[in-house]
Amino acid sequence: MEISVTVNGANQSSEVEPRTLLVYYLRDELGLTGTNVGCDTSSCGACTVHVNGESVKSCTMLAVQADGQEVTTIEGLAPSADELHPMQQSFQDNHGLQCGYCTPGMVMAACSLLDENPSPSEAEVREGLEGNLCRCTGYHNIVKAVLACSGQDVS
Amino acid sequence: MIPAAFDYKKADSAEEAIALIAEHGDEAKLLAGGHSLIPMMKLRLAVPSVLVDIAGVNDLSYIDDRDDHIAIGALAKHRSLETSDLLIAECPLLAHVASKVGDPQVRHRGTIGGSLAHSDPASDLPAAVLALGGSLVAKGPSGEREIAVADFFTGYFESALSEDEMLTEVRIPKAPGSSWNYQKFNRRAQDWAIVGVAAVEVQGATQVSLVNMGSTPLRASAVEAALAGGASAAEAAEAAAEGTEPPTDLNASPEYRSHLARVLTRRALEAGGVS
Repeated sequence: MEISVTVNGANQSSEVEPRTLLVYYLRDELGLTGTNVGCDTSSCGACTVHVNGESVKSCTMLAVQADGQEVTTIEGLAPSADELHPMQQSFQDNHGLQCGYCTPGMVMAACSLLDENPSPSEAEVREGLEGNLCRCTGYHNIVKAVLACSGQDVS
Repeated sequence: MIPAAFDYKKADSAEEAIALIAEHGDEAKLLAGGHSLIPMMKLRLAVPSVLVDIAGVNDLSYIDDRDDHIAIGALAKHRSLETSDLLIAECPLLAHVASKVGDPQVRHRGTIGGSLAHSDPASDLPAAVLALGGSLVAKGPSGEREIAVADFFTGYFESALSEDEMLTEVRIPKAPGSSWNYQKFNRRAQDWAIVGVAAVEVQGATQVSLVNMGSTPLRASAVEAALAGGASAAEAAEAAAEGTEPPTDLNASPEYRSHLARVLTRRALEAGGVS
């Protein structure tokens, strides 16, 4: 069926099969491969994108459910090709990644978290990232990156 | 994992959704947030041939003050329950339990109506609603009916809703200022409860419910009776597994679940000062 979705600010009209998951629509139809497929069971959060500004797991949403909605992926965060989004920069500055597979989802979840809670405690960051798994870092630097991005001293 | 093919219909009102499920019978499933249904469809545990998307029925996402109770539209999302000032003031147990479902991404999509209609005995919200009492409103081709929460959960993933009905509203009695507590025991973040216990004081009586201790969420009647008879929290909690049939799985044996039910009930009663 025909859907019309605003993805990273641009209107996209596409013909999709109703069973197409949002993550495969983004990756295979639109070529936005920054969003990763991890567990494919709504556990790991690697596929996290924003729908109308809120974090969701795009492996557990149908593309047709995004019809008429605004979707933002990791590709849509940075203000320009030469500049990272503050959260991306903070992950880089604080070494909030190793292999990087979870990072796009982690960054999207972290942005949504700060939208809802602009100055979270460390415990609130840990709980707020409950839906995202990282198998490399042990989370410490990820949590640090999010706290730093919220303007808190992490030194 | 990709679901089996299905036809997709979008309903703009509850009436339209009911007409569509009436037309397609048991081949059709209502789709709200999809966070129970889509995972089951990906695993092919559910293979509906028609999905009726009700997420666009905007007038069912309210949380309203109705004198002695709070009326919650079936499409209210967990996140809106969790952050509702009205619920936090008038029914804090429900707001708190909503904040313990899954993870933030799940709570941005999942709905209270979806969670109750799915009737998973391991879910948080069905047990919370059962502890609070109140009723659910179902709409079908011949009109609306009110179902007492105590009569709603009829079996494993089964509810009193008939195939042509849609859950539209949840009515929860107000319990401002009452004691409450929720204990959710799991091994990993975002997991379902291995066992959970909700305890809340409603009009002077202590009501206790259990998550994942049988084929439906259960009221811990023996605990409630013991408390009403003057037993202490610790004494009453000893009866928590009475009349239950806890499942066995990779996480826990029935014996371990029974142990957890007793311990968590005591903690819920003592921590909440509920007894």
